[in-house]
Amino acid sequence: MSGRVRAAVGAVGELCITAGVLVLLFVTWQLWWTDVAAADDQRAAVAAVQQTWSGPAPADAPAPEDAPVPAEPPVLPEPAQDGEGFAVVHVPRFGEGWQVAAEQGVGLRAVLNDGVLGHYAGTAMPGGLGNFALAGHRTTYGAPLSAVADLQVGDPLVVETADGWYVYRVSGTEVVSPDRVDVIAAVPGDPAAAPTQRLITLTACHPRFSARQRYVVHGVLDSFSPRDGRPPAALGAGSSGGV
Amino acid sequence: MYGWLWRHLPGPRGLRVLQVLVLVLVVVAVCFGWVFPAVAPHLPFNDGTVGE
Repeated sequence: MSGRVRAAVGAVGELCITAGVLVLLFVTWQLWWTDVAAADDQRAAVAAVQQTWSGPAPADAPAPEDAPVPAEPPVLPEPAQDGEGFAVVHVPRFGEGWQVAAEQGVGLRAVLNDGVLGHYAGTAMPGGLGNFALAGHRTTYGAPLSAVADLQVGDPLVVETADGWYVYRVSGTEVVSPDRVDVIAAVPGDPAAAPTQRLITLTACHPRFSARQRYVVHGVLDSFSPRDGRPPAALGAGSSGGV
Repeated sequence: MYGWLWRHLPGPRGLRVLQVLVLVLVVVAVCFGWVFPAVAPHLPFNDGTVGE
């Protein structure tokens, strides 16, 4: 082989090796670094929401009984800006004291990549008539919904806002294709219908590490505890406040 | 490509190794900080939202 051909083959080989190393580097970043970076963002997001809540700190001991839902629970106005936090979501099934912030919007870089839950614009707010719909990462970027498939029917999903605690109970789960926007409709599965219930819906990717389908969890509002009272029993002892 | 780089780095062997390490770190930092976050949303995993 002439020297020139030899050099060209060598250069192509080096380019291939470089490309392989870059792909490995990307996988490292995606699987490891995004979690590391999102951990701080997650804590900061919860703290930012809690800071906006005025009034006395809630009593530590949860109420013995969950209050029934009032006819008209308070409903926050929808934030105007993407990335604005308005709630802290507690899911006892994901671990004691597990909490993550909910922010307006479902943009990846603006909201979800901070490891928070994103509120689908235009869907109901917590406690509102219709469907309070949230999206979150199931893998990487802090993976708030990493254990979403562990949720069982009846599990509490507690949404804490400036007004108090909305306790939703999981009513069912489904796996759908990514274009099924009707799962976040006011009446899931029936976009034309007028809502009569106060619902919650979580969407995450499925299977894990894939965007081929969506894992969807539905829930129904079960109780509301105003902030001037005590946290709901569904939260369990000692799981309010703190990080 | 890398041979060319090695030949053009100034200084003795130890200093060149140091320069290579710094270059690698710079490349990793640029990838982690800017390139990968820009590329990731266009790749077919990690989207947990429903939409048209």
